[in-house]
Amino acid sequence: MSVELDVFVGNTTIMDKEVYQLWLNGYTVNDAVKVRMEGGVMEECEASAEVLLSDTMDQFRTFQMCERLLQNPAKLANQLLFQIPPDRQAMLIERYYAFADAFVREVLGKKLSKGTKKDLDDVSAKTGITLKSCRRQFDNFKRVFKVVEELKGPLVENIRQHFLLPDQLARDYAAIVFFANNRFETGKKKLQYLTFQDFAFCAGQLINNWTVGAVDNMVEDMDVDLDKEFLQDLKDLKILIADKDLLDQHKSLVCVALRGKTKVFNEMETNFKNLSRGLVNIAAKLTNPKDVRDFFIDLVEKFIEPCKSDRWTATDVNLYLTHYTNSAHILDSFKYQTVWTRYMGVIKSCILRMYHE
Amino acid sequence: MPGKLKAKVVAGRHLPVMDRASDLTDAFVEVKFGTTTFKTDVCPKSLNPQWNSEWFKFEVDDEDLQDEPLQITVLDHDTYSANDAIGKVYIDIDPLLCSEAATVISGWFPIYDTIHGIRGEINVLVKVDLFNDLNRFRQSSCGVKFFCTTSIPRCFRAVLIHGFVEELVVNEDPEYQWIDRIRTPRASNEARQRLISLMSGELQRKIGLKVLEMGGNAVVGYLQCFDLEGESGLVVRAIGTACTLDKISSTYTAAIVQNLSNSSPSKDMKEAGFGEEAPGVPLSSGPPTPLRAQTFSSFSPSKSYSRQSSSSDTELSLTPKTGMGSGGSAGKEAGPLKALLRQQTQSALEQREFPFFTLTGFPPAFLLHVGGVVSARSVKLLDRIHNPALGNTRSYKLLDWNSFTADEPETRDAWWEELRQEIKSHAKALGCHAVVGYSESTSICEEVCILSASGTAAILSSRFVQDGALDTDHRFEDVAPPACGFCHIPYDELNMPFPAQLTYCHCCRRHKVPDVLFTTIDVPTEANVTGKGCLIQARLCRTKKKGQGEGNATAISNLLPFLEYELHTQLLNKLKLRGMNALFGLRVQISVGDTMLLGLASATGVYLTALPSPGGIQIAGKTPNDITYEQHISNMQKKINDTIAKNKELYEINPPKLFTLDPDAFRSINTEFVEEVIGSPIPEPRQRSRLFRSHSESSDEVLELDLSHGKKDAFVLEIDDTDAIEDIHSLLTDAPTPPGFYSCNTEIMPGIYNWTSGLQMFTSVRVFRLSNANLTNQGLNKIFNDLCENLLKSLYFKLRSMVPCCLCHVNFIVAVPEDELIQVAVTAVAMSFDKDQSQENGRQSGDKTLMKAITENEEQLQFPLELSAESPSNPLSCAKGLSEVSGPLPSARAPSVDHSSFTDRCSSWIEQLRLKAHTIRRGSIKTMSSLEKASPVPEGRSRSLRSNRSCPGSSITVVKMTPLSFIPGAKIIKYLGIINMFFIRETTSLREEGGVSGFLHSFIAEVFAMVRAHVAALGGNAVVSYSMKECVFMENPNKNQAQCLINVSGDAVIFIRESELEATPSQTQSGNVQTSSNGEGT
Repeated sequence: MSVELDVFVGNTTIMDKEVYQLWLNGYTVNDAVKVRMEGGVMEECEASAEVLLSDTMDQFRTFQMCERLLQNPAKLANQLLFQIPPDRQAMLIERYYAFADAFVREVLGKKLSKGTKKDLDDVSAKTGITLKSCRRQFDNFKRVFKVVEELKGPLVENIRQHFLLPDQLARDYAAIVFFANNRFETGKKKLQYLTFQDFAFCAGQLINNWTVGAVDNMVEDMDVDLDKEFLQDLKDLKILIADKDLLDQHKSLVCVALRGKTKVFNEMETNFKNLSRGLVNIAAKLTNPKDVRDFFIDLVEKFIEPCKSDRWTATDVNLYLTHYTNSAHILDSFKYQTVWTRYMGVIKSCILRMYHE
Repeated sequence: MPGKLKAKVVAGRHLPVMDRASDLTDAFVEVKFGTTTFKTDVCPKSLNPQWNSEWFKFEVDDEDLQDEPLQITVLDHDTYSANDAIGKVYIDIDPLLCSEAATVISGWFPIYDTIHGIRGEINVLVKVDLFNDLNRFRQSSCGVKFFCTTSIPRCFRAVLIHGFVEELVVNEDPEYQWIDRIRTPRASNEARQRLISLMSGELQRKIGLKVLEMGGNAVVGYLQCFDLEGESGLVVRAIGTACTLDKISSTYTAAIVQNLSNSSPSKDMKEAGFGEEAPGVPLSSGPPTPLRAQTFSSFSPSKSYSRQSSSSDTELSLTPKTGMGSGGSAGKEAGPLKALLRQQTQSALEQREFPFFTLTGFPPAFLLHVGGVVSARSVKLLDRIHNPALGNTRSYKLLDWNSFTADEPETRDAWWEELRQEIKSHAKALGCHAVVGYSESTSICEEVCILSASGTAAILSSRFVQDGALDTDHRFEDVAPPACGFCHIPYDELNMPFPAQLTYCHCCRRHKVPDVLFTTIDVPTEANVTGKGCLIQARLCRTKKKGQGEGNATAISNLLPFLEYELHTQLLNKLKLRGMNALFGLRVQISVGDTMLLGLASATGVYLTALPSPGGIQIAGKTPNDITYEQHISNMQKKINDTIAKNKELYEINPPKLFTLDPDAFRSINTEFVEEVIGSPIPEPRQRSRLFRSHSESSDEVLELDLSHGKKDAFVLEIDDTDAIEDIHSLLTDAPTPPGFYSCNTEIMPGIYNWTSGLQMFTSVRVFRLSNANLTNQGLNKIFNDLCENLLKSLYFKLRSMVPCCLCHVNFIVAVPEDELIQVAVTAVAMSFDKDQSQENGRQSGDKTLMKAITENEEQLQFPLELSAESPSNPLSCAKGLSEVSGPLPSARAPSVDHSSFTDRCSSWIEQLRLKAHTIRRGSIKTMSSLEKASPVPEGRSRSLRSNRSCPGSSITVVKMTPLSFIPGAKIIKYLGIINMFFIRETTSLREEGGVSGFLHSFIAEVFAMVRAHVAALGGNAVVSYSMKECVFMENPNKNQAQCLINVSGDAVIFIRESELEATPSQTQSGNVQTSSNGEGT
């Protein structure tokens, strides 16, 4: 004896936020029922396990039917099959596209390919996020990537319009797309301490300052790729370390400005040449895609780690980078002021964000 | 050539990918009407094609316009092979044929394929130019309005209610034609859908013709059903009530407002106060009584008040006088007048072949008395269809024969006619000349078919029935009955059709009322109800042997009476268990399967103030020597008593007001009424007590107490046999509704008035597989009972976010689709209400509503559904009534059990079974005659200002759907036409679609989507009186196949939120203000 068929269809589609979350988290119906029972919904409503099971199955089915639409959120608004109030639609979309920080850290910067997808079971095991949920998140990344890849105009705006996402989420997706496109390395051990939001911030900086779209957002090729010309121009900065006079001049200017303003002045003075070489070398190498990928590793190795070992505070770093950047402008023989500003602006904010005390 | 149909295909969107190579589609559209087809150009390589076609024009007869749907087929062009169909849209153009309904159909329609479901959408524009055709021999009936609503639609006024119209058409079922063996399932499904669409169109046209013949202009309570008889064919039949309706202009609004919102305090008080059949407010042509004036002046400026009264007058003077004005004399005393009236109406009704009305709600003063439920069933064998007819030919029917095999409609007609005659004679036996709330249904299992008809025997006023019955001179004939009038027995007290306990009416004290009242109608708006109502269901399963042919039919016939008897017993027990005394909206379904019969009776139980309080249920054992047994019994007795007590509290069937007024009386009686006095004797705060106090004087006179309540007159259940134990068990296993929930199967829930705009219509279907074939009756019963109970529990859980809320119009459909399957489908609407306002602010908001109604009256707007303050009961009535009655009422009699007789008759070739009118009564005499209370809580409906309008950003109109005839907090401003849709969905990849549940879930969602799309295309934003009449589900999991047929119907309407009305007072009203102020003079 068994219930063979059990459906409930409302004129307005009924969706329970809590059950939706369980579904998104990749729970099976039975696990979801368990979670709900522990949540106390039964006592609250005098329901039996049977009722809960029926409700959960029904809602899971509804979500499954909606999934097709959620993958194309614009359709959700003008489809006829489900009558869902607009605020509910927004909630559904937002939650569907939400992702776990732990998950995104695992795939950030990786190619969104089938190979990566195959490795998701490892990610699942590592993060404790169900494989189903991992797949959904991964497919979301891939879908967004595919759609915006071919679009002109500002990346964040494109994502927001095509996927009807709230601003913050759209920015996060822009970061994910940007990282995936440029294949930035984020998985190395040295980078483990960085959160997704750290990277997202940096991505925002890079998108806003180093891409073609940053200069002229009418340009065909948009926000996803770094401005090649700019990368080429960065090579010119090498003079700062190659020219001995310039390097000394730069150092003395910075030291004058810093003297007495920080406890770690001595360390700054001794490390100046090393740090400057590090930063300028990063700039000079960015024409090489391989080195673009290592951008964050390089920042950590060449700048953040040395500072850390000398116990600089974030304020020290800020102070140092400010004067380091500004002093270069005073150098008479240094002609690449615009490129320098564009480069150092991003470097400074990225380092500051990445510098966890 | 009286009509030109024009269609234009604008665009498509979300089309499926038809060409795997390009991931695109080359779509074009065929537009077909009748035999004419037009095509659009191919829109290559697009999933969102823009066709922007020219206007395709079809020049056709209006007869065809009524019968045929416009058929739109979207195809994928294929250069090398045959074009692939993407899907179809059938558009019923009937709404365009009515001048007052929609003028254009324009919108996005889901493209539907019977195998794949919805596949994208298409934007279409349809218009009709209709030329007037005055040919009186015409075959079309354009312009007759159809309503599914079973009461007078909200923006109309009934001028005349002509009566019963019925028709049926028969055809071969394409599914069973030889060609079906060679065509694809898709072609077969489409042939079926198209045929049914054609047949419904034809049926509607024919009914329309009958209405025109009768002089009407509309059909209300239109009920169309399909009988899928398998090999023997497909029957489409419809019944309805022909009416002459008038669109309400503002002049009428106030009157109707007052009439419908029986809430109007004055009316009740006045009627009650005089205890006689006082004329209703709208009928008094003289100045308003001071009482009334007072009531109104308390909240509305005198100006609006006088306008209201004047408009009532206007309504009167405008009531039809088409006839000669003969008819009875103008008796002014209640007694003789009533007799006269009855005579007159009777003669008017008797002229009719069937004085039946499919209405369940009535214009004020139409329903005079209710006799009880009448029902008849007969079992027929379908394979005998080609036998010569029964010789019972109706000549005019011959005209309806078309190309179909001649015998068939004749046979079906004869079957139904027999049944209707039976019903008519039952009604007569109850002293009634009419049947209201009438409906017909069938249950088919292979070759056996059970035809059922049921209704409520009643006496109606001549007011709407007869031309010329109303002359201005005879105005007083047209007496509005008191609010309790419908409870008074219509039959002769000395010559009762069945044994019943009669008592004097607890409201007026002048007329006899039965102890229990069963009806199929809605709770009349004027009825005084104590507390709230609740859904009561009796469920029963009976096994039967597999059989064939006549033997099988005989077996079923033999089982039916027992089934019905037990259902009624269960209903009665459950009613008593809830401390209630009347059932409304009773619907008994008998479903037949190969190995079992299912019976499900649903109704809404209420406590009618006019009827005596039900006694308790007492259990008696027959073996009193056994001590443990005794203990067992007393335990059970206690349980039952507790349940009754709990229920009374739950449904606010409160101890009579006397207690609250007179503590001494309370104390003195207390001991004797332990069972009756539950919970706090002073249940409601200030409001109530204040009201009581004002009448305390008269209440004190009430000394006539029937103190005989005790075990001797309680309803006795003897549990010497297992059956009774089972009965009791099933009585007690019905779980109460969770807190915050109420449920009913009627339109309105007595006791709840302040609906918010929260509205959720839903359909839920469950199929249960019985794995064990050798189940006993008890086992089956339990399974069936649990199935229904669990389904309800699930619904409550699902809808918990709407609490406090009421499930209204809960409609169960049970079926036995296969040997071991039980299918239950429920359609209902959950409506949330505002709990806080119900008591304290109730009064105020009610007043405000009324006042607003008056204000709105000045604007040219129709009657708002929601207004109506709650009826403040009639405290005066009790006072007056009680003082008039002297001496105790007939004391308790021994419990008597009556079951009306069943007559089994054998016709020449088939066993037939008819069940006599059922009004089963069992003992229980009223015990506390004088303690009845006068439903005193003046509650008001608050109009919710919450609106769920669609977000402006969305391109899709939000379409509300409800099985009720109204939308809370809103007024319907236009009826756009009837929606009657039939869909078939089939799959050969059941597992891939998520199994049976996934398949049905998406199909039901698709049906909703298509209904909404059609309504939106008509310009509407809601469907009222929505119902799912058929849900036939068949599966074959082994073959990975399933098929489902769904038939839905309803009325498409435009509604406006009252809050929006307030916000935008329109200008066109000035003229009306004038009109109504002119009226003031009269």
